[in-house]
Amino acid sequence: MKINLNVDVRHITRVEGHGNIKIKVENGEIKEARWDVVETPRFFEVMLKNKHYSTAGLLASRICGICSISHCLCSIRATENAFKVVVPETAAKLRLLAKHGETFQSHILHVLFLAAPDFFNEPSVIPLIEKKPDLAAIAIRLKGLGNRLCDTVAGRTTHPVAFQVGGVSMVPQKRHLLGLRDELKRSLDDLQTVADLFSTFTIPDFIRETEFVSLKGEKKYPFIGGSLISSDGVEHKEQDYQPMTNEYVDKNNTSKWSKLSRESYAVGALARFNNNAQLLHPKASEVAASLGLKPVCHNPFMNNIAQLVECFHVVHEAICLIDELVESGPGETMAKVTPKAGEGVGAVEAPRGILFHHYKYDKTGRILMANCVVPTTQNNANIHQDIKSLVKKFAMTKEMTDEKLELLSSMLVRSYDPCISCSVH
Amino acid sequence: MKYLGIEPQKPKIAIFDFTSCEGCELQLINKEETLADFLNAVEIVRFREASSSYSDDYDIALIEGSVSRNDEVKRLENIRKTAKILVTLGSCACFGGVNQLKNEFDLKSMNREVYGNDPKETINVRPIKDIVPVDIEIPGCPVSKAEVESLICHLVWDSPFQIPVYSVCVECKQRFTTCLFEKGQLCLGPITRAGCNAPCPAGGSGCWGCRGPSVEANYKSFFSIVKEKGFNDIEFRERLNFFGAFGEVKIS
Ligand code: SF4
Ligand code: SF4
Repeated sequence: MKINLNVDVRHITRVEGHGNIKIKVENGEIKEARWDVVETPRFFEVMLKNKHYSTAGLLASRICGICSISHCLCSIRATENAFKVVVPETAAKLRLLAKHGETFQSHILHVLFLAAPDFFNEPSVIPLIEKKPDLAAIAIRLKGLGNRLCDTVAGRTTHPVAFQVGGVSMVPQKRHLLGLRDELKRSLDDLQTVADLFSTFTIPDFIRETEFVSLKGEKKYPFIGGSLISSDGVEHKEQDYQPMTNEYVDKNNTSKWSKLSRESYAVGALARFNNNAQLLHPKASEVAASLGLKPVCHNPFMNNIAQLVECFHVVHEAICLIDELVESGPGETMAKVTPKAGEGVGAVEAPRGILFHHYKYDKTGRILMANCVVPTTQNNANIHQDIKSLVKKFAMTKEMTDEKLELLSSMLVRSYDPCISCSVH
Repeated sequence: MKYLGIEPQKPKIAIFDFTSCEGCELQLINKEETLADFLNAVEIVRFREASSSYSDDYDIALIEGSVSRNDEVKRLENIRKTAKILVTLGSCACFGGVNQLKNEFDLKSMNREVYGNDPKETINVRPIKDIVPVDIEIPGCPVSKAEVESLICHLVWDSPFQIPVYSVCVECKQRFTTCLFEKGQLCLGPITRAGCNAPCPAGGSGCWGCRGPSVEANYKSFFSIVKEKGFNDIEFRERLNFFGAFGEVKIS
């Protein structure tokens, strides 16, 4: 078969940051199939050095404009673990509530603003405002709700201002929480409309056996802290993240790569779902079943669906959290913090997957060493392997064209919802 | 969208990201009450983070991020050649933002620390105005979408555009936030330009000066208050340097 294909995507669109896809098939032979991150490196791990613990969270949040709440909470958790600080229960609940706001906001952004246009053959969400006004209105409404939840609890959606080492420095007013509760309840109808719509989309039928890494939920679907698990059966404690992530430098990439039992692994909504599906809210499980998502799912395109399922989960859990917070009243929100020499690790499930911050402190509370392992950093090698396998599976037919392959491989990359500027923190 | 019965000319806008967290760009698709109107008032010809359509014909370039690699210098120069109006969005673009904290470290050893024997190309961080002339600056980490909207109205309908000249303290008082100095905490509100609606003092972290100096900031009396209240000099300097917005100010 004389198949010749050439895909050269420089700076793929509708993802955060800069990455390239390169595919070359000559006479039916795959010469090249690559995913490379070319984003400018930012050196946050160096910038964090010598910073006072009270500044670390503020700086860390600037690693990512979409998941700044996760970076901030992860950074603060690393510091709290280093200083052996236990956060008061109300503060922990408020942090989780803000975290749910971020997960919701980020997933909606990805599913409806970045991924959905592909299914309508549109370059962006902008033409949909005219062509699919109802859907656009839902997208905008849901995004707004996510943002408002973050604004109310974290003080701001991008770069939160209410989180400090030891707890939270701002408590939302009861009437604002109750207002959000109503909005959350109402959003379930909108979410159902989106789920019904997605059930009509054809998700590419692509399976590649993959190892999935996430936090391991004990009693609840995990978001902040806890032990680590992989779908290949590897388990570690939070502080032992390094044998889990095994970062290394690839010469073509400004992002590092990671591996565990295989040559790469995946993190994100699909990984969380695969490892913790039994802990989802029953309503979210129903939606998963109705959309054909079952653990362990090895189709990376289903990450969009897993994100949608998680939206249902976080809405239900946010409603419960608000009920608990309103019932218990504000109570204690800050623990006493005494800096001490030592080290600590924080692990948090950011919207795009598990995130680690690891700091070593001197006795005055200044950082001696910082290491951050970011979701997309862990996914990059896996995306690269997926592209190779995608080309093998789909490209070797006469019907395949450069344009079709470009769309398919771009959709694959987009389904990971990569956050590239994060990955070269 | 007609205004007073007249179809306004839609400016062609292109959005570009340099070294940044892309949080400022993200603000452009926030503020859902007005999002559809905003997208209607302009023609976005390039917005890689949100759209696959792409054109090199634009009037206004919105630039996010700072410059930290040589290829970014070239890219920026080309954008300047095309754009009639070049706007910097956010602290990274206006002053270097948190990125410029990198400049305190040695590039070589920094590279070795992060990438071992495979160093990646990098240069000292510079704000956009160090490389090409900038027409309008909108500071903030992140920018306020309301200010971006007001700039767009200015460019489409010629309505007045003015970033507040007064300090964050004014907006902080409008929110009824207790002054952080009263609680024994440091805050750069008195010398920082308003326009953000003072979220940081309200959230309990105090202002870190991400929007840069207010017009005619009274540094002398502010520094003496900071001293009088007994704040640690190092901590104070770190705060002033955090977003690189007070570069020229000397603490006496
Ligand atoms: S100014 Fe702040 S929000 Fe904007 S790109 Fe820079 S770090 Fe991100
Ligand atoms: S309060 Fe200060 S640090 Fe916060 S957004 Fe406003 S200017 Fe920036």
